[in-house]
Amino acid sequence: MTTPVPQNRVAQWIEYRLPIFSWTNKHLVDYPAPRNLNYWWNFGSLAGFMLVLQIVTGVVLAMHYTPHADHAFDSVEHIMRDVEWGWLMRYLHANGASMFFAVVYIHLFRGLYYGSYKSPREILWWMGVIILLLMMASAFMGYVLPWGQMSFWAATVITNMTSAIPWIGETVVTWLWGGFSVDHPTLVRFYALHYLLPFVLFGVVFIHLWALHHRKSNNPLGIDIKSPKDTIPFHPYYTVKDMFGLGVMMFILLIFTFYMPNVLGEVINYEKANPLQTPAHIVPEWYFLPFYAILRAIPDKLGGVVAMVASIAILFILPWLDSSRVRSARFRPIYKWAFWIFVVDCIALGWVGANTPEGNFIWIGQVTTGYYFAHFLIVLPLIAKFERPTPLPESIHQAVLKGGGGGEDAPAAAAEAAPADAAAAEKT
Amino acid sequence: MRRALLAGLMIGALALFGGHAAHAAGDAPDVPDQDWQHEGVFGTFDRGELQRGFQVFQEVCSACHSLQYIAFRNLVEIGFTEQEAKAIAAEYEVEDGPDDEGEMFYRPARLSDYWPAPFANDNEARASNGGALPPDLSLIIKAREGGADYVYALMTGYEEEAPEGMELADGMNFNHFFPGQQIAMVAPLYEEAVEYVDGTPMTVEQHARDVTAFLAWTAEPELEERKQTGLKVLIFVFVLTAVLFVIYRRVWAKLH
Amino acid sequence: MADAAPSQDSSSEHAGTRRDFLVLAAGAMGGMAVVGITWPLIETMNPSADVLALASTEVDISQIEEGQVIVVKWRGRPVFIRHRTADEIASAQDVSLDDLSDPQPDAERAPRPQWLIVEGVCTHLGCVPLGSKIGDPRGEFGGWFCPCHGSHYDTSGRIRKGPAPANLPVPTYEFLDDTLVRIG
Repeated sequence: MTTPVPQNRVAQWIEYRLPIFSWTNKHLVDYPAPRNLNYWWNFGSLAGFMLVLQIVTGVVLAMHYTPHADHAFDSVEHIMRDVEWGWLMRYLHANGASMFFAVVYIHLFRGLYYGSYKSPREILWWMGVIILLLMMASAFMGYVLPWGQMSFWAATVITNMTSAIPWIGETVVTWLWGGFSVDHPTLVRFYALHYLLPFVLFGVVFIHLWALHHRKSNNPLGIDIKSPKDTIPFHPYYTVKDMFGLGVMMFILLIFTFYMPNVLGEVINYEKANPLQTPAHIVPEWYFLPFYAILRAIPDKLGGVVAMVASIAILFILPWLDSSRVRSARFRPIYKWAFWIFVVDCIALGWVGANTPEGNFIWIGQVTTGYYFAHFLIVLPLIAKFERPTPLPESIHQAVLKGGGGGEDAPAAAAEAAPADAAAAEKT
Repeated sequence: MRRALLAGLMIGALALFGGHAAHAAGDAPDVPDQDWQHEGVFGTFDRGELQRGFQVFQEVCSACHSLQYIAFRNLVEIGFTEQEAKAIAAEYEVEDGPDDEGEMFYRPARLSDYWPAPFANDNEARASNGGALPPDLSLIIKAREGGADYVYALMTGYEEEAPEGMELADGMNFNHFFPGQQIAMVAPLYEEAVEYVDGTPMTVEQHARDVTAFLAWTAEPELEERKQTGLKVLIFVFVLTAVLFVIYRRVWAKLH
Repeated sequence: MADAAPSQDSSSEHAGTRRDFLVLAAGAMGGMAVVGITWPLIETMNPSADVLALASTEVDISQIEEGQVIVVKWRGRPVFIRHRTADEIASAQDVSLDDLSDPQPDAERAPRPQWLIVEGVCTHLGCVPLGSKIGDPRGEFGGWFCPCHGSHYDTSGRIRKGPAPANLPVPTYEFLDDTLVRIG
């Protein structure tokens, strides 16, 4: 392992003025990580990598793209046909957005399963939710830039949501558009913001990691780190594991990029935006489908928008809705079920969102939307109140030695769980 | 156990989300699946087919349809020599200018010029086609559900008469595969619509196949480079990942 | 990566060396991957295919009077086409190569003496020299004068005075016939 104080004279000179070597060492080399993190803990670093990949490919695309209503579509085709490797950059960026969301959603559900949002990690969790919101805004505005049919009509439908705001809605929409419909001024401001937001996102990621490294990682057992025996240095153990995870993720992303670059997109977006004709089926990208279903489930314009916003906003107060002291679902027999039902509910919402709201989809959409909120507002508080968690292991170290730490459910039932999560309980 | 469950859910979700796409084409019957040489991991274009398809486009489609993203220089990519491409370009006139007098003028096209559109603008195109706008064909394969299969089906899906009980609107033609089954475009292909010089049979099906392949190329001229690069990159990433996995296991082995 | 292997597996020396090899292999492949990603990123900034396709332009020179210069755009920059008078040709040809800082005979620069075709970009720092329009200063040698830092070019476009290091470059061109020239 590298020594914290560099031996090299030049490095020492730098270190004295800017402690970059000891800082890197502290956070990327010696950082004490719980020794029992499973593969679900790979997704944070994968998300970080995706952000960098999106920024790099995005900057290259921006060099060739023309943010003008008359030229945007043509400039995208110019990238696809004439710019060296332009097709690769665009397909990486477009499919990269999907991969980014997939990775972040898994990261988020991992947090839900293992109770990573609980004390003392509430601010860490909030930063995560803000990151999700920024991602959604960036992805939406990025999708508008090619100025195809779906770009245009997605922009129209989404911006029109603000018109649901009482009294000032119409004014707000006109302000958003910079005109009386989605048009050139809208495109240019979306371009400016699409370029800006990822860097804001980067800043929030930094705070996210700051909070993480301050209170250290959660782990599959959900119990606190109690002694150095519970941890292993980040490098080489998790660096090599993250590299392996990165390889797997890139393999999947590249299969999409090279062999099915358009399956996740809508064909109609290869037709230029036409303000006079709406496509027969307006569908958002897959990562927005559950929210789209919630929007449509409420038969009221304002209500639908409020529900959709609330579906994400509710994550902010999740740490207080779920007041159970035990973090990991491994020791929460009822919550474990509630979690999987919630996952199924979210997938069902996505399925509803992908389909035209007719026939059975209407009530399925309403039931799944209702359950989405009930999960947070009714199910979680009740479980927290009535559930009897199974005994927690004494320490990470002991659990690992008995063979229950890394992989599957059942932890070795360590003796009567000491008030293992006293720290977690304090804050509630 | 849980992993299997999760995998199952994800696959199910993909199938469900993917499934909606099939319904988007409207009430027309499902498009029959065709074999294309450009499909699959090793897909490439057949240059002979592309050139015949170009001929069909040039002699039939281009009367009404534009091909705005294809320049004459691109014809080299489908197997024409630069001289042949120049000769093809020289058959067309494109607007240039203004000249020293400030007038726009026409001159023979060069390699750097794009395929000239048959109509000056959408309004003229509509006026000349009974109100219907012939879409640009550069991206048509990517812009339609079913892609090449759909375009081939459309080309060969015409019937002389609408089935009984169906009333065709004025100026419309019956086509099995067009959404709504009424299409303004008259059946464009017929036996020997285009005279092939390479001895390929001049059937409607062959014309349709060739022009569809050509349009698959205009939509995705990067396809061959993309698939060939992809194969190399994926093999590389697979090996690298496998090596990383072994290292990962070995680094961790001493922990237990 | 290379220091990722504190291979202290005293129990199996063999496993240790094998892992070292694997780490080296992974490091090498990782390096290749980085280069493989960086290279396309850099290449995207090369001139794109449509830009390259426009890299030649044809000019009708039949309307250019003797003594007149026209400026045409080629690859986004100016090209001077000068229909030289007999005096200008003579003054360009009568110069001893010893007097030139970038020696080049006029015959080499203008194979058809009455036509001089040069890129109108000062070889100092890229300004467009004056002298193409009537009334422009043409410098001490009757050719062009660059206003940015005072370089003087003669009627063959050669540098005669000032900071510019070289003559105005002659683009590749070809007379398609007596009135049509293709530059590039």
